[in-house]
Amino acid sequence: MNKEVLKIKLTELFPTATFDESGEWLNITIAPADFLSAAEILRNKIELGFDYLFCVTCVDWKTHLTMVYHLESTLYRHHLVVKVQLDRTKPELETVSHIWRTAEFNEREAYEMFGVNFLNHPDLRLLILPDGWEGRNPMRKDFEDPVNMIKL
Amino acid sequence: MPSLENIANNIHQWLNNNFGAPWPMLIEFAIVGLCIIGLFAMLGLVLIMMERKVSAWMQLRLGPNRVGPVGMFQTAADTLKLIVKEGMTPAGADKFLFNLAPFIVMIIAMVIMAPLMFAKGLQMWDVNIGVLFFTAISSVSVIGILMAGWASNNKYSLLGAMRSGAQIVSYELSAGFAILAIVILTGDLKISTIVNSQADGWWIFKGHLPIWIAFVIFMIAVTAETNRAPFDLAEAESELTAGFHTEYSGMKFALFFLAEYVNIFVVCALGATLFLGGWQPLHFGTDTQFNQWMDYIPSSLWFMGKTFFLIFVIMWFRWTFPRLRIDQLLNLEWKYLLPISMINLLLVTLMAIMGWHF
Amino acid sequence: MYRETEILKQPGAGEPDVFGDMIINIGPQHPSTHGVLHLVITLNGETIKKVEPHLGYIHRSIEKMCESLSFRQFIYVTSKMDYLSSHINNHGCCLCVEKGMQIEVPARAQVIRVLMDELTRLASHQLWWGAGAMDIGALTPFFHAFREREMINDIMEETCGTRLTMNYMVPGGVMVDVHPNFQGRVHEFIKHFKTKIDEYDELLTGNVIFQNRVKGVGYLSKEDAISYGCTGPTARGSGVSCDIRKLYPYEVYSKLQFDEVTETGGDCLARYLVRMKEMRQSLSIVEQLIDNIPEGDVQAKTKAVLKLPKGEYFSRVETARGEFGVYIVSEGGTTPYRIKFRSPGYSNLSALDHMARGGKIGDLVAIMAMIDLVIPDIDR
Repeated sequence: MNKEVLKIKLTELFPTATFDESGEWLNITIAPADFLSAAEILRNKIELGFDYLFCVTCVDWKTHLTMVYHLESTLYRHHLVVKVQLDRTKPELETVSHIWRTAEFNEREAYEMFGVNFLNHPDLRLLILPDGWEGRNPMRKDFEDPVNMIKL
Repeated sequence: MPSLENIANNIHQWLNNNFGAPWPMLIEFAIVGLCIIGLFAMLGLVLIMMERKVSAWMQLRLGPNRVGPVGMFQTAADTLKLIVKEGMTPAGADKFLFNLAPFIVMIIAMVIMAPLMFAKGLQMWDVNIGVLFFTAISSVSVIGILMAGWASNNKYSLLGAMRSGAQIVSYELSAGFAILAIVILTGDLKISTIVNSQADGWWIFKGHLPIWIAFVIFMIAVTAETNRAPFDLAEAESELTAGFHTEYSGMKFALFFLAEYVNIFVVCALGATLFLGGWQPLHFGTDTQFNQWMDYIPSSLWFMGKTFFLIFVIMWFRWTFPRLRIDQLLNLEWKYLLPISMINLLLVTLMAIMGWHF
Repeated sequence: MYRETEILKQPGAGEPDVFGDMIINIGPQHPSTHGVLHLVITLNGETIKKVEPHLGYIHRSIEKMCESLSFRQFIYVTSKMDYLSSHINNHGCCLCVEKGMQIEVPARAQVIRVLMDELTRLASHQLWWGAGAMDIGALTPFFHAFREREMINDIMEETCGTRLTMNYMVPGGVMVDVHPNFQGRVHEFIKHFKTKIDEYDELLTGNVIFQNRVKGVGYLSKEDAISYGCTGPTARGSGVSCDIRKLYPYEVYSKLQFDEVTETGGDCLARYLVRMKEMRQSLSIVEQLIDNIPEGDVQAKTKAVLKLPKGEYFSRVETARGEFGVYIVSEGGTTPYRIKFRSPGYSNLSALDHMARGGKIGDLVAIMAMIDLVIPDIDR
């Protein structure tokens, strides 16, 4: 499916979502509450078949956080970028690690680097940061480390 | 041609003629002890050098070439380094057993040399149970390894020791059956009798196919018994870092290292004695020109040549093959080698009864 | 630091068996982790019940670093991620910047880039072959592999100035033209390696012990490979078609004759065979291109200061280990607002626990060797 067809299809499925077609791939923004059910539909619906989650990341926009999921279908080879906007003070989102297992490690990375709390994640612990690290999330824009960070 | 073959007997007679009752024996003990320690050190130096050169040759390298001519003194320098290094004992280790283990392994490697016949008439102890002595003493070495692994209080060491225990105990069976094949043909356990029985031809030529099979099984089994690659699971440096001697350093590590090489020498010497005629020269038929030429080569050279050839084969294994997994290792022994060697033993017995061998 | 009982209570570990289970730390310093990977494994006897990676020993936060570097500078930090395919990392970053700036790369530069990519891939696979064999216990292949790798490193040194982290690509082309000796040297290498790759097969592939060590070990089904986000030879060994060079060709890959290698075994042997065949494919690509380097510039004319228009850009390239993705969020400034590197090793590592469960310690080592982990790529 190309971008236009995909957009029509997805508009039917997710009437509340907003779309952005400016980039290379179709972007869809979903509300955090609808995210888990949307992810299940995207993965399991036969004509969509987004079975390959190739990039999971988070962007700190200073006012809010955005989780970005890059999806691809290995059968139809179409792409979709799913975005979820989160509250910056208390970011919480349902995990998708049971749908795409690669999300387990990537969510752990987003958890420690951005402080996003993934609900129902099987093993949400620090993966990269040293044990006993608390509070501060290194990849956020307001993170300061006077010792180790080199300012250019 | 001056011969060294009766040197041991000459010394024995001279001592008996010149000294009173207990002294000849005590002096002989001292001489033998010194010789063994000297041989031990020499073997360590030579074999480690040989291993490094053989591996370098197989791996497109030069090997050690800086210390002394073509790197001859590299092992001596390494030994010096190991001697002056601190021998660490981990805080959580069982100190007594931890320090005892390398000595047990080394003492066994020394004791096992006793019945070896290095040349015609050069033997320390021609014990009447010869080959049984080998099998009995070599199985004690597993105690030293288990002791080292357990006392280190390290999980890698423990795993390595357990692997080693399972491996040595299993492969002893095949090695034992292979040795038995020769014992059946010779009818004696004594090393000197076994060597003398091969005066008209080595067992590997006289014994047809069953002895060939026994020889191959013997080589596989002793490679496993000495924890050499491809059966070096007790060390397995890519899995268990260094296995049972992970925690050892300095001279204590060097003793394990040395004992490994001496063990290789001993098992290869045994293989040469049993299958390749010990110090007996290569003879074809009776009383030909060729046989006379062969007789000119000293018996000690024959023995060492055969032994070092087998050592080279074992080194060749190590630098060519990947390592087996523990379950594959035990499968190989219990499912393949053991049944084959049992049937082979029956064949050898049949051959001995019917007198089909030469 | 990690108490044993604490780990046994982790989900997925099964019933805690305080008397039967043993926790072993493999790494951070261990011969077969090829770097500072720390695995906490739960053992029952020799059988693995659980593998739990602990990362971060060399995490340098390259993504954060890149946020303060300009669009020309950040490319070279990525050389230090997957140091064995640094050319290809640089290539991915350049592609992303070129996509944003809409720079047309001259034909000569495109061919040189692809040539360098494939030589890097060959060098990386050669190192993998040697080091992987060493993990399985065969020590000799390592030196045989290095003989050929040395030739590639010499070629790189002549043209790029360095041997490992080349930093040769710039947005819009390559930094300088190739060295006059380049073609001759590459021809020499092709001639040499064509005979040696058969020697690789003779030395290791057909060995019975080796076959037994990798056959049926670390099985990963096609569905699991996709679900875990595995890419590169790890996934292609399970029959997943995921070669970015074929699926989404960049530069001149669409004009080249080469096959995407897939195996259906899903075990370590399949991954091994994929890499061995990939070496032959890479060699054929190099052969096709080396005599057909078009004349012309090696760099497009670009502005001194690059300012990516506001937006999001994603580029994907195929490194020696799998798919490498660069995700740039630009606010229109001279530095990226946010950069994310999708590294192949990170996803491949996440499947390690799944593959290793139920195997022996020796199997874990074989699996790690056949995934070809590069730790800086995982830790970034």
